[in-house]
Formats: sequence, structure tokens, C-alpha cells
Amino acid sequence: MKLEGKQQIWKDYQKEIADDRYYYARSCIRQTFFPGSEWAYLDILGNKLGKTVLDDPRHTTCTGIGYHSDVVPVETIMTVVARHFALMTEAGFENMTPSCITSFGIYTEILHTWEQHPELEEQTRDFLWKATRREFQKPKNLAHTSDVIYKFRHEIAARKRYSLTDIHTGRPLQVVDHIGCHYAKMFPSKGIGGAEFPAVLSGMVTAWGGEAVDYPERRHCCGFGFRNYLVLANRGFSVANSKKKFESMQPYEPDFIITNCPGCAMFLDKWQYTISELEGTTYGKNGYGIPVLTYEEAAALVLGYDPWDIGLQMHQVSVEPLLDKMGIDYDPAKKYQGKDGKELGRPACPTYLKI
Amino acid sequence: MNNIWGFSISGARVIDYDRNDHRPAEGLSAEVPSSRLCIGCGGCTATCTAGAMTDFNIRKLQMLVKRGENKEAREQLHRCMLCGKCLLVCPRGVDTRRMILALYRLTAQPSL
Repeated sequence: MKLEGKQQIWKDYQKEIADDRYYYARSCIRQTFFPGSEWAYLDILGNKLGKTVLDDPRHTTCTGIGYHSDVVPVETIMTVVARHFALMTEAGFENMTPSCITSFGIYTEILHTWEQHPELEEQTRDFLWKATRREFQKPKNLAHTSDVIYKFRHEIAARKRYSLTDIHTGRPLQVVDHIGCHYAKMFPSKGIGGAEFPAVLSGMVTAWGGEAVDYPERRHCCGFGFRNYLVLANRGFSVANSKKKFESMQPYEPDFIITNCPGCAMFLDKWQYTISELEGTTYGKNGYGIPVLTYEEAAALVLGYDPWDIGLQMHQVSVEPLLDKMGIDYDPAKKYQGKDGKELGRPACPTYLKI
Repeated sequence: MNNIWGFSISGARVIDYDRNDHRPAEGLSAEVPSSRLCIGCGGCTATCTAGAMTDFNIRKLQMLVKRGENKEAREQLHRCMLCGKCLLVCPRGVDTRRMILALYRLTAQPSL
């Protein structure tokens, strides 16, 4: 009886995720800092799982960065989002899958606003028509791309070439997850596990052989927060949030961090370098940092993609210790070579953080 | 260290019970057992002569020491004039003046 009760409660923390035919909305930040992630997602969905995903070149930023920095008014962002929905409708798709956590939060917030205030939806339809002569249907299903990978985590596990285990000891890799605030903290019912029991990433980790660590500051913000970070004077506060998380996860000796948010992946990766330069502190073993992977990068590694094809050389924290643990075959000489064999350039060596 | 960013990492404002030094609180408890009877009513602070002229606050002082925030507690201590009015009003009979004198000694260690 108790189990039924728990199962019933857990149902409230689940969400519906479409099976196929996804309209893909790219992220501004990820394309710059982790360009391999979005490519890997499209390749996994399209070529490994046989799903239809439309990567529409007409799609633009959702302007979430400007909105959360108080420079883009809500009427403007609603009209931009309405255009995205119009592009989706014109392409014959009904399932919207944004790659960015903030875009996901924006779409969720706007759909909720229109539900509560239909007059604003009408106003937005009017703005869009006047500006672009376009009309739109609201998406039947809205899911973040990490929801989609979560949905197919067992299918990915069935095709895996590598497991999230240390091949030298046989122990599962200890993985700490970090979920973007805009995923479920604004609308908990729209995220798997809500804001209290985040399961979207830990579900993938366990399905692929790893062990998720419920570290104390797991639900803490990474400090990105747009407005927090954009003003130089506030960055000391911003980085302090990431530092708090690193200090909280370090005692568990995590093998890597997995994130589903563009800004968080960037911060947790790059701030390790910044903190090392500012304070001389590193959080991994032997002077290394803790590698940070996006969920697509983790999925791609498990499926046997070449680490350099999915852009792991773009990370500030070196991923080689993780690749060695997983027994992944890679060519160190090709790390900084492009597809045509041309040198991409090498990062300057940090003072304290080993790369 | 190499700061090229134009900002530094803000200090945390959390009270870290695990890392804070609890020796002064334990010492106070042993040396002035009546300090354990405090219920935080604030009678001492209300009647405090020093508190009327500065932001000295005996109730806050008790709280700081119990939390292990010893640096801030030490900075407060010198404001007390040891008049003893707080002793007269305390409903729990806490020997507040002795508490202040003990804390002078207990928080004086440079390692705190």
C-alpha cells in the first residue's frame, strides 16, 4: 500500500515527453562554448535512434539573456517566442525541444502566462502578425532536450560501447549532477523529479552504469544568473556560488560533473580555471579539475563517439583522466586538430590547474 | 596569485558550524555554567548602558559565541563597561559580567 502511495506521488514528478518529430531550438551559449554537444544530440537522435529532428536555420535566440538581464521587455520576448512557434507550425511540427534550459524556462513561462492571461496571447498574436505576417499553434509537447535523452536513456544504454565505470577497479563512476535553475525551479511540475528530486540527469547516469552522488549543495545555483554575471562588479558573488558547489562536491571525489544547462556547463568548467588562478585551489585529484560534461557529451562517450569529434578539447578542465578511467580509446595527438588535420591552436597553460 | 579579471571571489556569508571553532563556547560553558541557562530574552541588552550608546548587544554576543563566530564576538567585547546592570535584570540568573570577562580570555587566542 505504501509503495503504491509512493508510486502515486512520483507520478506527479513525471512529465510527458513526445516520442518523435521534434522541432529543435538551439542555444546561444552552447554553440559557442560546447559546439559538439548540439551536433552530438542531433546525430544520436537522428542516426542512432532514428528520430526526426528539425534543426531549423531560421530559428533565432529566444532573447532570454536579454530578458533575464532586464534589457528585453516581456512583450518583445513573447513575440520572438511566438515567431519560433510559428516556424515550428509552418514546418509541420508540434513538439518543441529547446536545447537551452533558459529557453525551456522562457517557453514554459510564456505558455503559462498565456494560459492565465489569454489577452496577452491575443496581443502577442497581433504583434507577430503586424511584424511578420505569421500565425502559430502552441506546441502540443514542450520538453527540454535532456528530457528527450532521459526518455531514451535505456535505448542508449542498450547501444553503449563504454560504461560509466572505472575499468581499472570495476567501480561505478561517481557522478555529481547540476541541473539548471530554469529547468524546474520556476515550474517544478514541468521537470522530471521537480526541483526537489532532480532525476533527469541522475537517471541517465545510473542507466549508463554510473553512480549519482547526492552532494549537499546539489540544488544550489551555479551563480550564472545572467544579471549576476553580466555586471563585472557582481562577478565575485557569481563565482562564489560555483565555489560553494565545488567545495560541497569535492569530498565525494567525483569523477565528473554532468549538467543540462548551457551557462552552468560553461561556468562550472571555466570557473575552475578562474578559481585556481585567483586562489590556487583545484578540486580534482593531483592538481586536475573535475571534468564537466553536458548530458549529450556523456551519452556520446557511452556510445563510442571520438572525444575530439564531440568537442571535448573545447573544455577548460582536461577530460583525459576521465577518458582513461572509462577505457576510451583516443589519440592525444589529434586533440587540437580540426577535421582537415589543421591545428586549431592550443590553450595557454594555466598556472595551477593541470591540463 | 594571478588576478586578471578585475574582481575577486566574494566571501561566503554562511555560518559553517562544522568548520567554526567551538572551543570558546565550550570553555564558556565550563567556566560560567550559568551561561547555559540563557533563554535569549534580551533583558540584558535592553538595560545595557553601553548598548544605549553603541551597537553592543549581549544577547547577540551569546549567539555569536554559540555559533562559533568568535572573531565578531571578540570585536564586540571591548564595548562592555562592566557596570553589571544586566546581572540585575537577568530572569535566569546568568552571571553576565563573569561571562564577559571569561570571553575576553577565551577569545584572545590568536588561532581563533
